Amino acid sequence: MQVASGRFKQRAHDGLENPVLRNALLKSQGKFVVTRQQAFDELGNLGELRAAAAAVRDHTLERLDTYLTRFETEVRKAGGEVLWAQTAEDVQRLLHDICARHGVRLAVKSKSMVTEECEVNQALETAGIEVVETDLGEYILQLANEPPSHIVAPVVHKTKEEVAALFERHHGRPRLHDIPALCREAREVLRPKFLAADLGISGANFIIAETGTALIVTNEGNGRLATTLPRVHVAITGIEKVVPTLEDAALLLRLLTRSATGQPITNYVSLLTGPKRASDPDGPEHFYVILVDNGRSKLLGGELQPILRCIRCGACMNHCPVYQNVGGHAYGWVYPGPMGAVLTPSFVGLENARDLPDASTLCGACAAVCPVNIPLPDMLRQLRVQRMEKRLRPWTERAALKLWSWLAARPHIYGIATALAARLLHCFGGKTGLLHRLPFASGWTDGRDLPAPQGHTFRELYKQERQT
Amino acid sequence: MRVGLFVTCLVDLMRPRIGFAALKLLRAAGADVVVPRAQTCCGQPGYNAGDNAGARNLALKLAREFADCDYVVTPSGSCAGMIRVHYPALFREDAHAGDIGRLAEKTCELTDFLARVARLERVPGDFTGTLAYHDSCSGLRELGVKTQPRALLARMPGVRLIEMAESETCCGFGGTFSVKFGDIATRMADNKCQNIKASGADAVAAGDLGCLLHIEGRLRRLGDTQTRVLHVAEVLAGATEN
Ligand code: SF4
Repeated sequence: MQVASGRFKQRAHDGLENPVLRNALLKSQGKFVVTRQQAFDELGNLGELRAAAAAVRDHTLERLDTYLTRFETEVRKAGGEVLWAQTAEDVQRLLHDICARHGVRLAVKSKSMVTEECEVNQALETAGIEVVETDLGEYILQLANEPPSHIVAPVVHKTKEEVAALFERHHGRPRLHDIPALCREAREVLRPKFLAADLGISGANFIIAETGTALIVTNEGNGRLATTLPRVHVAITGIEKVVPTLEDAALLLRLLTRSATGQPITNYVSLLTGPKRASDPDGPEHFYVILVDNGRSKLLGGELQPILRCIRCGACMNHCPVYQNVGGHAYGWVYPGPMGAVLTPSFVGLENARDLPDASTLCGACAAVCPVNIPLPDMLRQLRVQRMEKRLRPWTERAALKLWSWLAARPHIYGIATALAARLLHCFGGKTGLLHRLPFASGWTDGRDLPAPQGHTFRELYKQERQT
Repeated sequence: MRVGLFVTCLVDLMRPRIGFAALKLLRAAGADVVVPRAQTCCGQPGYNAGDNAGARNLALKLAREFADCDYVVTPSGSCAGMIRVHYPALFREDAHAGDIGRLAEKTCELTDFLARVARLERVPGDFTGTLAYHDSCSGLRELGVKTQPRALLARMPGVRLIEMAESETCCGFGGTFSVKFGDIATRMADNKCQNIKASGADAVAAGDLGCLLHIEGRLRRLGDTQTRVLHVAEVLAGATEN
C-alpha cells in the first residue's frame, strides 16, 4: 500500500468534511465502545488480565529469537515450512516462488493486515494470479479498490447503500437493499472461488511456539474455508505475533475478542498446525508460514518496543477522539488510529509520516483501554523526541520552543514579556473580551475565538497584593 | 502544612483570577500557602513537542523553587500530571531522580488536594445554578481526578451538578494540537459544545484552563454568549466575576 501518511493534515481535513464517514463512525463507535465495556464488566478482572497479557508479550519479546526458532522447529515437525521475510519484497518473492512451485492460478485470502503492509495482492496480480478477498469487508474494499480504514472493521467507513451499489455494478445482479441479502449474494459469489482456489492466504492472530500452530480468529467462517479447502495454505504474519504456549494464546484471546468486538469469543477460532495428516478428512496438502520482520526487529530493545505487544484489537482507535472524527484513511497507510500513529512512522520512516506523532491530543483514552497496556501517548511522545533530534520540524517551530524554554528559565524577563502580552491581548479583546483573529495563530482563530486575558498577570497582581 | 501554589503559566497570563481562587481555597483549607515568585512554566509545551532537554531544565527549576514545601498544589490536572507522572520519567536513573521523585510525590491537583488531603468541608463559593463538569484528560486519566471536584461542588448548596454525555471525552485542546490541527480540534470542541448544550446546564466547569479557553472559544464563535465557562477553582472560591 502506498504511503500517504505525509499528508495527514489534508487527509484529516477531507475526513472531517465527509458526512457519510461521520455518520458511519458515529454508529460504529457507539457499538464498539458499549459492547467492549459490557464484555469486560461481565468478566470482572480486567486489570489482572491486562497485566498478565502485557507480561506474556514482554516475556516473549525479550526472547523473540528463542520462541521463533522453537516455532519453526515445531512447524517442521508437523510437516510444514517456515519462511523468513525481512522486507515486504521478500514476502512477495517467497509467495511468487510458492505459487510457481504449486502451479497456483487462483488465491483466496482471509483478512490480514500484514498482507496489506506487504502489498501481497498487487504482487500476485502482476504475476498473473487472481486474488480474491473473502472477508466480507475486505471483499467490498477489493471491489471498491480502497484500502481498509480500520484494522478490525476495515469497511467501517462505508454505508450499506454504497455496498449495494458496488455489488450491483460488479456482480451484474439487481440492486439489493438489506444486509442479509447482500451477505447472501457475497456468499454466492465467493463460494465457487473457495472451491476453485489453489492457494489460501491468511494472517495469524497468534503463532504458538510450543505447538507450531497458527491461530486465526474470524466471525464469518471464511478464514476456515480459505485455510482448509485450497491445496496450499500460507499464513503470513509478523514476527512479534509469537506466544510461548497454548495457554498464553488463550489468555490473549480472552482480551482480544472482547477488546475488538465485545465478544467473549469469535464465531470461529481456528488452530492450524501443519498440513493435512493421513487421518484428516480435509486440510491443505502444503502448509507454509511466512514470518515478516519489515521493520519490527528495529524496535526491539528500544523505547518503542512496547508497541510490539500490540494484538491488533482496534480498541485504541475505537476510543480515540481524533480517529473517530477524521476516520482511518487520514493516517495514510495500513494502520490507523493511535497504534498506527506509532507503527507507521516506525515502519515507513519518520520522515514519511512526520505529522502522525502529533495526530493526538495525548488524551490517554487509547492507553486506558489497550488490553496489553501499551502506553501509546508515551510512544507518540518518544517519536516526537526522535523527530526533534532528527530536526524534522520546521525551524520556526523549533525556534519558538527554544524561545519559550529560554524565557521560562529567566523569571525576570519572562515576567516582563508575559505582562506585556497580557496587556496587549487584553486591549485587542476590547469590550467583548474575545479575540476573533490572531496573526500567528489562525489555526486557533479560524474555528474559535480566544477569550482575552484579564490584563494583568498573576505575578503582577500578587506582588501588588503583597505590597498593600 | 506548608503548601506551595504553582499557578501555571496559562493562569498567570490569561486568567489570574483562578490563581487567587486557588489561594483562597488553600487558605480556607488551613494551609500555610507560599507562592514562589520566580515560578514560570512546568515545561509541558517543550516536553510534548519532544524537547526533553528544555523540559528537564524547567523541571529542575521548579523542584528548587518548591523544595521547602510539604505539598505543591496547582489548579491544573495537566501540569500536576506533568510533575507527578512525567517528571520522574524524564529523570530515570539520574542524579536528580531523588529530588524529582520527592517533588512528584508531594504534588497534587487542586481539587484532589482539597478533597483528599486537606479535606475542605466548608466551601466558600456561592455559585447558584446548574453545572456540567468536563473531566479534563490528564487529571482524569493520569491522576484519577473524577470524584474530588464533584464532592467539593456537592458541598455548595446552590450548585446542581448535571452529568453531561461524554464528559470524559477530550475537548480537543491538546496544547499545540489545537493550533496545528485547528480543524480537528474545532470538531472535537463542537462535540463537546453539543453535549454541554444538551445537558441544559447554565455553566460548564473544568479543572484546566486550556480546555476552558478552547471550549469557551468555540461556544462564543458559535454564538453562545450565555453558557458560562468556569474553572472549578473559581466556582469553589466564589470568584466567578472580574
Ligand atoms: S495498541 Fe492496544 S488497543 Fe490498539 S490495537 Fe494494539 S492492542 Fe489493541
